[in-house]
Amino acid sequence: MNRSVLYDAPGPRGRRRILVASVAAALILVGLAALAVRRLATNGQFAGEKWSPLFDPNDVNFPDLWRLLGGGLLHTLTAAVLAMSLSLVLGVLIAMTRISASRWYRWAVVGVVEILRGVPVVIAIFFAYQVLPTYGFRLPLLWYIVIGLTAYNSVVISEIIRAGILAVPRGQSDAAAALGLTRGQTQRFILLPQAFRSMLPALISQLVVILKDTSIGAFISYEELLRRGLIIIQTLRNPIQTYLVIAAIFVLINYLVGRLAIYVEARLSARRA
Amino acid sequence: MQVQGFPAQRYPLQSNSLRRRWFVTAALAGVIALVFSGCGGGGKATGTPVGVQNKPTFAAGTTMARLAEAGKVTVGTKFDQPLFGLKGLDGKVTGFDVEIAKIISAGLGINESAITFVETPSSQREGAIQQGKVDFVVATYTINDKRRQLVSFAGPYYQAGQDIMVKKENTTITGPESLRTAKAKVCSVSGSTPAEKIKEYVDASNIVLFDVYSKCADALRTGQVDAVTTDNVVLLGLADSSGGAFKLIGKPFTVEPYGIGIKKGDIAFCQFINEQLTAASTDGRYAKAWESTAGKVARTTPTLPTLGACS
Amino acid sequence: MGVITDNLGLYADGLLGTLEICGLVAVAALLLGIFLAGFRVSPVPPLRAVGTVYVTLVRNCPLTIVLFVFAFGLPEVGINGAYITFGVAGLTVYTAAFVCEAVRSGIGAVDAGQAEAARAIGLTFSQSLRLVVLPQALWAVLPPLGSVAIAMIKNSAILGAFGVGGELYSVANTLNSARGEPALPVYTGVVIGYLIIIIPAGLLLLMMEKRLKATR
Repeated sequence: MNRSVLYDAPGPRGRRRILVASVAAALILVGLAALAVRRLATNGQFAGEKWSPLFDPNDVNFPDLWRLLGGGLLHTLTAAVLAMSLSLVLGVLIAMTRISASRWYRWAVVGVVEILRGVPVVIAIFFAYQVLPTYGFRLPLLWYIVIGLTAYNSVVISEIIRAGILAVPRGQSDAAAALGLTRGQTQRFILLPQAFRSMLPALISQLVVILKDTSIGAFISYEELLRRGLIIIQTLRNPIQTYLVIAAIFVLINYLVGRLAIYVEARLSARRA
Repeated sequence: MQVQGFPAQRYPLQSNSLRRRWFVTAALAGVIALVFSGCGGGGKATGTPVGVQNKPTFAAGTTMARLAEAGKVTVGTKFDQPLFGLKGLDGKVTGFDVEIAKIISAGLGINESAITFVETPSSQREGAIQQGKVDFVVATYTINDKRRQLVSFAGPYYQAGQDIMVKKENTTITGPESLRTAKAKVCSVSGSTPAEKIKEYVDASNIVLFDVYSKCADALRTGQVDAVTTDNVVLLGLADSSGGAFKLIGKPFTVEPYGIGIKKGDIAFCQFINEQLTAASTDGRYAKAWESTAGKVARTTPTLPTLGACS
Repeated sequence: MGVITDNLGLYADGLLGTLEICGLVAVAALLLGIFLAGFRVSPVPPLRAVGTVYVTLVRNCPLTIVLFVFAFGLPEVGINGAYITFGVAGLTVYTAAFVCEAVRSGIGAVDAGQAEAARAIGLTFSQSLRLVVLPQALWAVLPPLGSVAIAMIKNSAILGAFGVGGELYSVANTLNSARGEPALPVYTGVVIGYLIIIIPAGLLLLMMEKRLKATR
């Protein structure tokens, strides 16, 4: 439903009223923004030394700072890409097991899936970080984050894939059976590719979730973007400015990934039409 | 009807998917290369070079033999402790703890460039040692009996004491006894000795605990808390980087020996570390380590405390 | 597993603490989210813009950063508060963006004829939204809101990692890091604690979805 259902196409009076309301709303917004700016100014947040290391290439700290942030971004992306790849592989395996396995086995898989779905990601990460080493699994910090993220996201992705497989028209598997394909072959060559394609937007959206959750790594001192920001803040004492930059990087990347999902979705439905 | 999933005619499958496959392979290879090039949380240190032993030999099976053989060592330290262990914008960790780690490593024939520093916040130190994430910990680590049940300590290499830091303009807080009457909110780090000790002087509801001291300093600066309490040297560092906004009360009310945390029961390694400390104290490297770091804001250079027995 | 049974009181307190935080956040985020959803469907362009910008920014930003901005950014400009207050406020601001989207999709699910009929009898925008569309949207909105709530409960664990004491996650910190109890049972206990909340919530959600399907 679009907005216009909630109100008529405005007539002259309605347009005038909307204009008045718009101006009033805009004035209030400008006023709030001005208050915020004044608050920042009176607290010395516009002081040059808080901003120039981040934005002025001539500042002595600029190169070091961006080398830190750049490396942090690389660590963030590495963790996200690894977690996404592993989650995809595991997610497909779980989905296929859930669909085709015998009943008791399937119940076991469902149980594990439900438990993993209920565990907060931060706990999955700390679980890996604190528990695995006591059993001799000493890994680089990166892997505790990847394992924690994968534990949760592989389960979510398996649900996405399963929904995709179940949504493939029945005629497809009937046709495959008629061709003499086995059940496994039908899954691999007929159902999975179609499910994967139709669920691509949802899978891309999951990448945003993973990207955001990598920042939990900061709590186990994995030097991703946020942790690097904290290191910068302890030297430069400019939390607001540094958080702003880090948040902007995250928002930009995630926004683009989100747009990609919408674009893929549009292309898919255009092809279907 | 166009059957979804069979776009064979419309998409030149071969060339496209081959190219894509190549791209995916290349991207994966890139990621894997990244992972194995070690993008963990480590950092390298710089500072004054110390006399590195040339290929020392040790009894087989000891920790020293293992580390000297490997030619590298992993050390747990703080990354947020000015003057003791602080990671700077250049990505390097500096401070007195870092220098002490270099002195010990030098005795193993390990150059400072082969030391990997790993961040060990207060609550993670025992775990990091027990789980073998680090070979030893030099991280403003107070020796006490509770910790001795979990790890062993070499040293102490420094004698600190708990003190209180307040804003420069604060005059109502004059010592630990004044905290309760001033109804002061006091900040420290969860899992640390000072956090336990201050409970004798302040109601639990007025104690604020963070995971790192830098957050306590932030909280003090912004007025969320009225005082920060921990070892004096830590406070000195925070006061130093506050640009004069904080001051220390200057009445230490505890004795806090800083030790080097190692695996429980590794007596030979403990004795080895103590020998290195003694040697460094004799030949002046200990004093130099202090003066190049914490000594910049401290009036006196400490002497090496009496070392404890290894057990 | 003796650690869990020995510290049952601590775990129970943590469970209550988590429920308390989540209850506060649920109410506040619901109000803020509905408000924002109203903005997003309003005929006034600046309000729509506010809604869209808010949702875009907050949904794409990690909760950890939102929390850091609240706890260590706001005090920089003289806004102080207890740590738990900042934690609850941060989680509320974050969750509200998702509530907004759930409510908006619920409004979208109400049959267009309903809104048209409301307009036909002369109701204004706010009247038709309040009296006709939103009450019906409520049913359609419950399942997505339920998912948001479950996500919010799990997100509240980040507050614990962040240093807010007295909730379920911080129990692991106390037992494992401060007291040196073995990690596996300590964390297993925390996981069980969350499952005690999450699994019934999930079942409730499932029941709601089924009933909703049946009434359609």
